[in-house]
Amino acid sequence: MKRANPMRQRLAALGLLGIPLLTFPLVGLPGGEWGGVPMAYIYLFGIWSALVLLAAWVAERKAK
Amino acid sequence: MTKRILIVDDEPNIVISLEFLMKKEGFEVAIANDGEDALAKVASFNPDLMLLDVMMPRKSGYEVCEALRSDPSRGGLLIVMLTAKGRDTEVAKGLALGADAYVTKPFSTKDLVAKVKEMLAL
Amino acid sequence: MLSPAFILLLSALYMGALFAVARFGDARADAGRSIISANVYALSLAVYCTSWTFYGSVGRATSGGLSFLTIYLGPTLMLLFVGVIVKMIRISKAQRITSIADFIASRYGKSQLLAGLVTIIAVIGVVPYIALQLKAVAASLDVLFEGSGASLDGVLDSTFIIAAFLALFTILFGTRHLDATERHEGMVAAIAFESVVKLIAFIAVGLFVTYSMFNGFADIFERAKAAPALARLLQLDATRAGTWSALILLSGLAILLLPRQFQIIVVENVDETHLRRAVWLFPLYLVLINIFVLPLALGGMLHFGSQAANPDTFVLTLPLARGAEGLALLVFLGGLSAATGMVIVETIALSTMVCNDLVMPWLLRSRWLGVAERRDLSGLLLGIRRAAIVLILLLGYIYFRAAGEAYALVGIGLISFAAVAQFAPAMFGGMYWKQGTRAGAIAGLLGGFSVWLYTLLLPSFARSGWVDSSFVVDGLFGIEALRAQALFGLRGLDEISHALWWSLLVNIGLYVGVSLNSRPDAVEAGQAERFVDIYRHGAVDADQRLWRGSATPDELVGMLERFLGPQRAHQQLAAFASAHGVPDWRKLPADAAFVRFAEGQLSGAIGSASARVMVASVAREENIGLEEVLDILDEATQVRAYSRELEIKSRELEAATTELREANDRLRELDRMKDDFVSTVTHELRTPLTSIRALSEMLFDDPEMALDDRSRFLGIIVNEAERLTRLINQILDMAKLESGRAEWTSSEVDLGEVVREAMDSVGQLFREKGVALAGDFPAALPLVLADRDRLMQVTINLLSNAVKFVPGGSGQVDVRVGVRDGCVRVEVADNGPGLTAEECSLVFEKFRQGGNTLTGKPQGTGLGLPISKQIVEYFGGNLWVESTPGKGAKFIFTVPLPAPEA
Repeated sequence: MKRANPMRQRLAALGLLGIPLLTFPLVGLPGGEWGGVPMAYIYLFGIWSALVLLAAWVAERKAK
Repeated sequence: MTKRILIVDDEPNIVISLEFLMKKEGFEVAIANDGEDALAKVASFNPDLMLLDVMMPRKSGYEVCEALRSDPSRGGLLIVMLTAKGRDTEVAKGLALGADAYVTKPFSTKDLVAKVKEMLAL
Repeated sequence: MLSPAFILLLSALYMGALFAVARFGDARADAGRSIISANVYALSLAVYCTSWTFYGSVGRATSGGLSFLTIYLGPTLMLLFVGVIVKMIRISKAQRITSIADFIASRYGKSQLLAGLVTIIAVIGVVPYIALQLKAVAASLDVLFEGSGASLDGVLDSTFIIAAFLALFTILFGTRHLDATERHEGMVAAIAFESVVKLIAFIAVGLFVTYSMFNGFADIFERAKAAPALARLLQLDATRAGTWSALILLSGLAILLLPRQFQIIVVENVDETHLRRAVWLFPLYLVLINIFVLPLALGGMLHFGSQAANPDTFVLTLPLARGAEGLALLVFLGGLSAATGMVIVETIALSTMVCNDLVMPWLLRSRWLGVAERRDLSGLLLGIRRAAIVLILLLGYIYFRAAGEAYALVGIGLISFAAVAQFAPAMFGGMYWKQGTRAGAIAGLLGGFSVWLYTLLLPSFARSGWVDSSFVVDGLFGIEALRAQALFGLRGLDEISHALWWSLLVNIGLYVGVSLNSRPDAVEAGQAERFVDIYRHGAVDADQRLWRGSATPDELVGMLERFLGPQRAHQQLAAFASAHGVPDWRKLPADAAFVRFAEGQLSGAIGSASARVMVASVAREENIGLEEVLDILDEATQVRAYSRELEIKSRELEAATTELREANDRLRELDRMKDDFVSTVTHELRTPLTSIRALSEMLFDDPEMALDDRSRFLGIIVNEAERLTRLINQILDMAKLESGRAEWTSSEVDLGEVVREAMDSVGQLFREKGVALAGDFPAALPLVLADRDRLMQVTINLLSNAVKFVPGGSGQVDVRVGVRDGCVRVEVADNGPGLTAEECSLVFEKFRQGGNTLTGKPQGTGLGLPISKQIVEYFGGNLWVESTPGKGAKFIFTVPLPAPEA
């Protein structure tokens, strides 16, 4: 039977959140640099890592 | 020889009327007010026929009937059950327990007297 | 030190180690102790990171800056939609799917045509990708040999040697035996191992360049900013937003649709829950392997400056430039891992498809093989696969020779991505849209593939001069609108995005359009149901009814023996038989379950489309109409829903039945009680009537009766008539109380006054019998809300009962009124014979009079106390008796005081 799987839904929600965060125009927004490293680089890897960590938290949290 | 009749009922007024009725017909009459009394009177009075009420305290008419019918020495005793409960099951139960006749209250005095005389073959 | 011989020896040793890992994995799998854990599964997904990632990303970053990241963001996002992957896995397990071609063909009615088409697209599409790996390994070897001054070029074609070597290795890896499930646990373990090696190698070189050759990230970025040619790489180019999104979409599709990814994610999945790890661990891997890409690209450009160094090999040339030969070797092994991993899995997946979906259908149809021929075909199957592996690598080599030199690594890979993206509409449409038909899928695939060929593959040939490039420059037949990379004038996009949008537009348009205008046949409609509603059609109960026909067990067994080999076939048959409670598989009935089992086993070996043809050849199948199939499937779905409802309903029904039975019992009890009541009432009414009738008849019959008898009898008649009247009144009263139709008044009542009045009214009775009556009242009593007359009735009833039972002359009745526990309490105590504990409750039942027969039957109806109890309870009070035999009885009733106003 098809049941709403909360973990899958949370992950999908993360995916839906990630799409606008990781595409234009949002990715074009950060400019300048921080500590010598370009903001674009920090932004992309920051958002990306955050998505991955959130996914890890969601996926592993309620491991039955 | 005069026939003896034992009247067993817990209603004093019914006893009065039955006693009067039977004495008027020339029977020798004794009275009992409950089941145990009835069994004692059967032993002392040695009746030919008893008019036995069903609903009585301390031993019902059924129990009295049953006890008497299990005593072979009392084989000749005629038992007429009297009851105010007219249901068929009660009539059947009385007859099954060995009663010779069954009369429902209120009864017609003439009919009762006729039945008693018939049973005593008078 | 880096002599060719040493490098080749090292490579061979490394491959030997890989092989050992694979053997270990296979041995453990055979022993039933799988080494495929969630972590191994997640790492094996990193087969996605090929030479393209390892060498090509740096190259791409030197021209496109951060845009290389899109290839890894797409998979990260796609994996988050884990429900799609779970559904793919479920379907594949239920349908025994062995490849993506099998998946799509199976969905559209196990169509051989579709299976073949998908296979052809996959082979043509992926060949450039394999060429990419060859090119990368060749390039890396060149770099290393250059460092040692040696070169294989001129002596031998190094790329060809690499291709041959990989083919051999893949054959050893992937086709050791024919597995019914097409699972290769050893291979997966080796791939996971390689993933670790390439990550370590890449991070090592990243750290070396960033922190040893430069002073960390900031240093590289600062220096890059200073160089005008490099500064633009640090920012995202908003004018390429379209390409950015297109590449994310493309890579997101590729992570599922590339034959090797489908193989690893779906076919090789041993446990659905492993996805939980993969969904983040694989993206984390991608993050880690990409952190140093931009620093490496910038570092390489800063270091080599305008020298014509190939940016695709920066990861090797940078450490070599600093003499770090050991690191360079590690990097080489990492690159080798990336290339071999990809080639092994991809060619195994493709060879399975070629064998099952191209060669087998042809062999099965041709007379050459002869279905009646009883021969073990499992060897032939393996042979076909091995040949397919060699062929695919040969094609890769040819493409490399044809077009490879003209493209950077990433460009070649993206051509493949765009090719497999063509599977998306048929694939996802098939999983979520029942209306999608075979005709639609074929039309969409053909359309999309044609556009891909025209806009991407052929131009890549043209670029290397293999074909005339006029169709790219001037358009086909000189028509400008048909220019291959600016179709209908669409400009401003890179060639990949251009090809992607046009091909997907054509593909989706044709798939949807043709699907809506075609009708599926019965098999197809059945498969559509099973795919789309996989969560509902988990079991196979409905499936068995979908097959109707006859077969002989011998034919089925013979067929299995031929394709699986006798030993393996017998093993599977024995397992199937014991699962069905048949001790000997030779005694299996050739029923639908057996036929389905046989088809499933064959699907694992030769793909669903071929398996279907094979089974059809030995089983005389009756045609089941489309409507019937849909009915059966629909029914199965409904039946499941109904059975759930039914379960609930039957539980409800059971509960209702129990309730009903209880209610019925209660009713029967009530009926019996009513019957008893009527019988009792009759008895009570007939008793006085008997005396009255008997005595009046005697009076009537005997006018001569003595006067004192006459008056005595008349007295009795009068008394009995009174008794009858009283009885009838009380019965009616009781009936009214019980039915709730009694009329009540409610007013403030002083119970003390009521009791006094009652005592006055029965005073005469007491005096006549010589019984003493004493009352004890407090000065002032709180008022209660009640019906004064009813309470009077209760008190009088209690008093007259008391006087009935006490002995005349010495009788004593005491009445006390007081307040206790929020109630006004009235006690009537006598010194009569008392009641036994049993009698104490009996007296409140109807027609159950207390009393001792020795003293004669008491006067009364047997309804007084029940009526009194009902009255008192109506006002919220209680009526009970406390008594010890021989010591008198005390009747008590209470009426609660009104609740104090809050």
